[in-house]
Amino acid sequence: MTTTHTVTAPDRRSVSKNDVPGAPARRNRFKQGAGRQHHAGPFAYIALAVVGFGSLFPLYWTLVAASRSQEEILDSTPPLIPGGNLFSNLEAAWEQAQLGKAIWNTLIVSASITAATLFFCTLAGYAFAKLRFKGRGALMTMVIATLTVPPQLSVVPLFMMMSDIGWGGQLESVIFPTLVSAFGVFFMRQYLLEALPYELIEAGKVDGANNLRIVWSIVLPVARPAMMVLGMLTFVQTWNDFFWPYLALNQDNPTLQVALGQLSASYVPDQSIVMAGALISTLPLLIVFVIFGKQIVGGIMSGAVKG
Amino acid sequence: MATSTPTRGAHGSKPDRRAPKAISPGRQAWRSRLWRFDDKASPYAYIAPFFLVFGAFGLYPLIYTGWIALHKVEMTNLDQMEWVGWENFSTILQDSEFWTAVSNTFIIGVISTVPQLLVALGLAHLLNYKLRASTFWRTIILTPYATSVASAALVFALVFRVDGGLLNWLLSFVGLDGIDWASGHWTSKIAIAVIVIWRWTGYNALIYLAAMQAVPSDLYEAASIDGASRWQQFRNVTIPALRPTILFTIVISTIGSMQLFGEPLLLEGGANGAQGGSEHQYETLSIYLYNYGWNLLHLGPAAAVAWAMLALLLLIAAINWLVGRVTRKSAA
Repeated sequence: MTTTHTVTAPDRRSVSKNDVPGAPARRNRFKQGAGRQHHAGPFAYIALAVVGFGSLFPLYWTLVAASRSQEEILDSTPPLIPGGNLFSNLEAAWEQAQLGKAIWNTLIVSASITAATLFFCTLAGYAFAKLRFKGRGALMTMVIATLTVPPQLSVVPLFMMMSDIGWGGQLESVIFPTLVSAFGVFFMRQYLLEALPYELIEAGKVDGANNLRIVWSIVLPVARPAMMVLGMLTFVQTWNDFFWPYLALNQDNPTLQVALGQLSASYVPDQSIVMAGALISTLPLLIVFVIFGKQIVGGIMSGAVKG
Repeated sequence: MATSTPTRGAHGSKPDRRAPKAISPGRQAWRSRLWRFDDKASPYAYIAPFFLVFGAFGLYPLIYTGWIALHKVEMTNLDQMEWVGWENFSTILQDSEFWTAVSNTFIIGVISTVPQLLVALGLAHLLNYKLRASTFWRTIILTPYATSVASAALVFALVFRVDGGLLNWLLSFVGLDGIDWASGHWTSKIAIAVIVIWRWTGYNALIYLAAMQAVPSDLYEAASIDGASRWQQFRNVTIPALRPTILFTIVISTIGSMQLFGEPLLLEGGANGAQGGSEHQYETLSIYLYNYGWNLLHLGPAAAVAWAMLALLLLIAAINWLVGRVTRKSAA
């Protein structure tokens, strides 16, 4: 975990692609990596198509199963195309698992965690990237080290604490432990290290701005593209979070994932209704993915550790 | 902070760098002091929320877990803690189910991580060619990442069903009998590994791709001048350059596999899911912890399991560090 982290801002590649003609040729030689000079042959496309099919088929089959009856999907010849029961299944799932409330809860949890993560991680990322203070290196190492602590290690006391504070079974018990993320701090730091020149900060200081003012009018605008990406990654993650919400929340006040888990775990369930629930919980994110897929891909690649 | 009255500047024994400012009107001195305070304190103020939240909801509970593990605490009465010393630890260490969970977690971890990272490496290599619609392919292979554990586990539960499962239906075409995936000791672990592999391979492939694109192409030119084949280039240029990234993904995947919970819980659902299969054949450590705390309602042993997981994690970290040292030495 202590490998050196080379910085990559998400837009770096697109910038270097538009290199000015007069720029030194040496930079171009470092632009492209392994195999880039070779065109992909038919084998590559076939392999990608196979993997792509494997990636998408379970999602498609969720739709198929959600639109059929239990008997049809458990038939010895399972159906491969959608049927006509989609709306009745969605309605049944909606009633059996209180999905309306679950969706509302999930939105509250995901939105508040995403907003808080963006705010706190951008501030911390800026401090670690551009401000000088005692203990910076050690503190950053601590941040990265916390990435390796699984939630399992602290759920028992967390559960007791939450019930002590009066947050037992409440959304607060899911929201507050996740208000910040080590990944977010690291991600914003990596971005700002490269994207925010010291000259800009100096210029702000010369103009008499205090630190908060500099954050507001210089750092935030520069950080906006990375904040977009971090926001989407955080949203996807909190929307899908399962372990702690499943332990912390109860049947009357679930998030979507918890409701889905209970729908399948509580009694002998109708599989088509369960799949309708799965479809409802997945669909919003798939839409986000279709619209922002490119940015999310770029975000994951830029957040990757390159040593 | 020291006062900045003009007298101090005049009589102070130390050379006072602030002397010029001290002469100017008091208001300006106050402002400059504020400035310096702002400069000194802001970084700490900006990073404080992270450490406060992590301290309160991460580190403190982590340590407190150790304390709870030495007590008898029941879910039905959270306020009452009774000291029992090492009893919880000896209870779980003498429980054969605990060791089943340890070995299950380990086995599922290996059979999900190894193929996953190998496929991801190959995929990244393919994606690194000049491709038509490269963004399209990247987005497609990342799509499973947008799916929740719960949805993924539930749809794969149908795929792996004995009767009318998609997979057994496909097997029937090649004349094979249906397999009772969830009941078998190996098949159930394979089924869970498949869910993990499905969700995370694309993600890891993108991380490898990013690392590959950072490899300077000079290295490849030099290698091809020396007559290295593409396979030799992949083995002798790409893989060594990716070594830190590969180590990183191994660490992350290992930690991830320690946490497997939703996949085994929902593979069969119901009572079987909550105890990791009728014979605990796919019970992971997280399921074991959940079962103790949230089904049997004994939080003491559950906390002891958490500390056993911490010990395992440290062990893995130590092994990883050793492996890293040895491979670095042999590479040099």
